[in-house]
Amino acid sequence: MTHLLALALIFAELSFLAIGGASTTLPAMERAVVHQQHWMSAQEFVRLYALAQAAPGPNMLAVTLFGWEVSGIPGAIVATLAFLLPACALAYVMGHLWLRFRDRQWRKVVQAGLVPVTAGLMVAAAYLLVRDAATDWRALVLAALVAVGCLFTKRHPLWFLGLAALAGLVGFR
Amino acid sequence: MESLPAQPLRLSSFALFGAFFQAGLMGFGGVLPMIRRVMVEDRKWLTSAEFNEHISLCQFLPGANVANLAVIFGSRVCGPQGSIAALTGLLGAPIAIVLVIAGLYARYGELTLVRHMVTGLSAGAAGLILATALKIAMPLRHSVLNMAVAALAFAALGIFRLPFLPSLCVIVPLSMALAGWRLRA
Repeated sequence: MTHLLALALIFAELSFLAIGGASTTLPAMERAVVHQQHWMSAQEFVRLYALAQAAPGPNMLAVTLFGWEVSGIPGAIVATLAFLLPACALAYVMGHLWLRFRDRQWRKVVQAGLVPVTAGLMVAAAYLLVRDAATDWRALVLAALVAVGCLFTKRHPLWFLGLAALAGLVGFR
Repeated sequence: MESLPAQPLRLSSFALFGAFFQAGLMGFGGVLPMIRRVMVEDRKWLTSAEFNEHISLCQFLPGANVANLAVIFGSRVCGPQGSIAALTGLLGAPIAIVLVIAGLYARYGELTLVRHMVTGLSAGAAGLILATALKIAMPLRHSVLNMAVAALAFAALGIFRLPFLPSLCVIVPLSMALAGWRLRA
């Protein structure tokens, strides 16, 4: 029960702070569930993130699996709803007000100000996930190859995930 | 006909649920392109410009962009129940699938083969987010100030692991002040 309450508080706060999308909160999620609550290891965190990427649906489903790891199905439900509902309630209200402030100068300032913060947070998220996933040099090389492949070809991300899983199967004995 | 005011689009909860269900289930590695295909190309509910306007609002708001999109579009065309229909359509099947994957992983995760596969998958997923982060960060290279703010956010959260809320309370107003100063100049 205390775990469920802690999950709800952690993910509800991050819901409001997820500027530019859910992935910018990954450093804060990792800090909370790995280093503060000690619910899972850093390797388990990146494994759950990867399993969520292998499923269809929005990237935020990693949150469902973090909750699941902590308290099973109830944990999955609580973490998902806590991460969804605050931001969605705000979106519901702001959706109706958007036409009123869309062309205001402050809206452009806010949006322009969020761009570099979002970018810095995404790089932090990528840095931490690569560090957690790179259990040895082979995993590091694999992550780098996937990043390069994704940047310089038009192939679908799922294609790279499949190849990476296959590479793990044959290369990590 | 063209002089008549455009009829605001009205949709049923059922139609919304169906469209977002399809987009959620077909969207691997990011649902946004799939939602665009379903809403703009297949069903023609929005023009490309209207869709971009929705995305602009969703990126302005906190939270998962696609969930916000489902809530906002759903409420515009069908009221509160439209939001709920679109959101449950978008997330219902993917949540069920991800929990089945998690259950299989809990059961077979100790097998050596599965462990190796998930190690490779993790490295792949980390590589994908690295590519995404670089794609977002690359356009900043034209502005020293933007690079400095991004570097500050990266160092605070990635290197020094500072608490999130206090960090944002410093970095976000700073970044907005710089943006305001630049937009005025």
